[in-house]
Amino acid sequence: MTAQFPTSDTVSYDTKSDTKARDLPKAVDLAVVGAGPAGLAAATLAASAGLSVLLLDENAGPGGQVYRAITTSPLGEGRVLGPDYWSGAALAREMLASGATYVPGATVWSLSRELELGVSVGGQAHLVQARRVILATGALERPMPIPGWTLPGVMTAGGAQTLLKSSGLVPEGRIVLAGCGPLLWLLAAQYLEAGVRLEAILDTTARENWRAALPEAFGFLTSPYFRKGLALLRKVRAAVRIISGVTTLAAEGDESVTAVRYATAGGESGRIELDTLLLHQGVVPNVNLANAAGIPLVWDAEQLCFRPDVDAAGTSPVAGLAVAGDGAGIGGALGAAERGRLAALAAIAALKPGAPVLAQRPQVEAALHKALRGRAFLDRLYRPADGFRRPAPDTIACRCEEVTARQVTETVALGCAGPNQLKSFLRTGMGPCQGRMCGLTISELMAEAQGVTPAEIGYYRLRAPVKPISVAELASLPKDESAMKSVERG
Amino acid sequence: MFRRLPEASGASVHLTVDGNPVLARAGDTVAAALLAAGIEHCRTTPVTGAPRAPYCLMGVCFDCLVVVDGQGNRQGCLVQVAEGMRVETQRGKREIGR
Repeated sequence: MTAQFPTSDTVSYDTKSDTKARDLPKAVDLAVVGAGPAGLAAATLAASAGLSVLLLDENAGPGGQVYRAITTSPLGEGRVLGPDYWSGAALAREMLASGATYVPGATVWSLSRELELGVSVGGQAHLVQARRVILATGALERPMPIPGWTLPGVMTAGGAQTLLKSSGLVPEGRIVLAGCGPLLWLLAAQYLEAGVRLEAILDTTARENWRAALPEAFGFLTSPYFRKGLALLRKVRAAVRIISGVTTLAAEGDESVTAVRYATAGGESGRIELDTLLLHQGVVPNVNLANAAGIPLVWDAEQLCFRPDVDAAGTSPVAGLAVAGDGAGIGGALGAAERGRLAALAAIAALKPGAPVLAQRPQVEAALHKALRGRAFLDRLYRPADGFRRPAPDTIACRCEEVTARQVTETVALGCAGPNQLKSFLRTGMGPCQGRMCGLTISELMAEAQGVTPAEIGYYRLRAPVKPISVAELASLPKDESAMKSVERG
Repeated sequence: MFRRLPEASGASVHLTVDGNPVLARAGDTVAAALLAAGIEHCRTTPVTGAPRAPYCLMGVCFDCLVVVDGQGNRQGCLVQVAEGMRVETQRGKREIGR
């Protein structure tokens, strides 16, 4: 098998020009879902050990979100994106040379407990049987439900960064960043490097977070992120108006956003006219495929999110199925690559016991330990405030079905027990995003209304297809004789 | 709404959006091309008809749903532009048969 570099024609939306759609293997040793740092590292290591590896990814090129467009970015090797971004190029290069079969533009919509994957490529559905599966589905940005967050012109900071990486696009006009977390500051620094002016950064980091984070400061001081983080903060603070201790935010506008209102813990309030408002308050695991495949979700009280119930090597209760990288709990890009390697080593140990590469395990564990240093500090410092996780009554909580926080709490008052029952009352979680944008908000709102923890209230039960797939596409799957007989007349 | 940095290179790709010619760059997604062309709304919601625009750009929010070459409910941020592509903004739900 050979790795295939994405070209405009192999990742085309047009089925007929997509040869890879017909070339998907029917069975592989290891299937890896997601070509971010964890998936790239896992696929590379497993392929180097001689396993047949299929790497499936929804995007047009490798890199995931953190190294998005790493092989195609129009910004070349310029300074705008910074060296941490370009360090991802090696991961992509190694994967492309590893012998793994890489299929971009591939959406995995189901995974059975028997490790059969349902995959769509170029509008054609396929089933692939794997002996082992590593889910490296990564993270998504935590929802930041503020009034007006559905208005055109309001976007996530990560989304804006994706436009910068993959298309060299920056917002025009007056730009405000609001929220908290490393990505917000990184984007600000990248924009400054690109010559983009920012009106303000509305920093929602609560002052008391510093006190909570302090006991973890030593770990952070020795982390690879410390020096870089500090330099980045200094650069941004010197160039942009920072409004700290922001406790409320509201986007205003009719057809598009025109202003943001804010208030701070110090009693300051104001209104800034703008054209683009970029929101961010950290990232959380993308759990849909893992949960639909049968891995239970657990509430992480430190990171304030649900994550799949896996151990440090990513091993799940479903035989042969592992989760690696930020999809198993947020640890950052460097840690994700090591967690991908650990999961790959487990797959190699199962399928090729005695492979020489298994001796690398201690080095990988040491590298992971180093990469995760300081994470607890960041988790506590950038812990999003309650008011930005559980929105005010009139704020939309579910973007797809346009359901407000008040509707949710009123339905709890009627006796609705949890997020899954709420679906039949309000359709929350039943729109096209399948709860990705509202799940945490709904669980936290319902938990608060009932006076219990999110762990007790639970999360949406997620089911395949985890991405929309047309009936025509499903019907086009190859059928065996028994399936045909079961619908024959007479 | 968005502008291309001068250092961003790449070949031109021609598409139409609601029948109007739009110039995109090879490697753009449909969502990126719409934002670069100053098209502020890509759809209206099925529930209240409110305007929406691309929000997450990574395939999770589904706010960039558009009609691509006659097929509705395509995630604009996951579809790469191609020469001659016909993009339409989507009003409400996907229509039956497209």
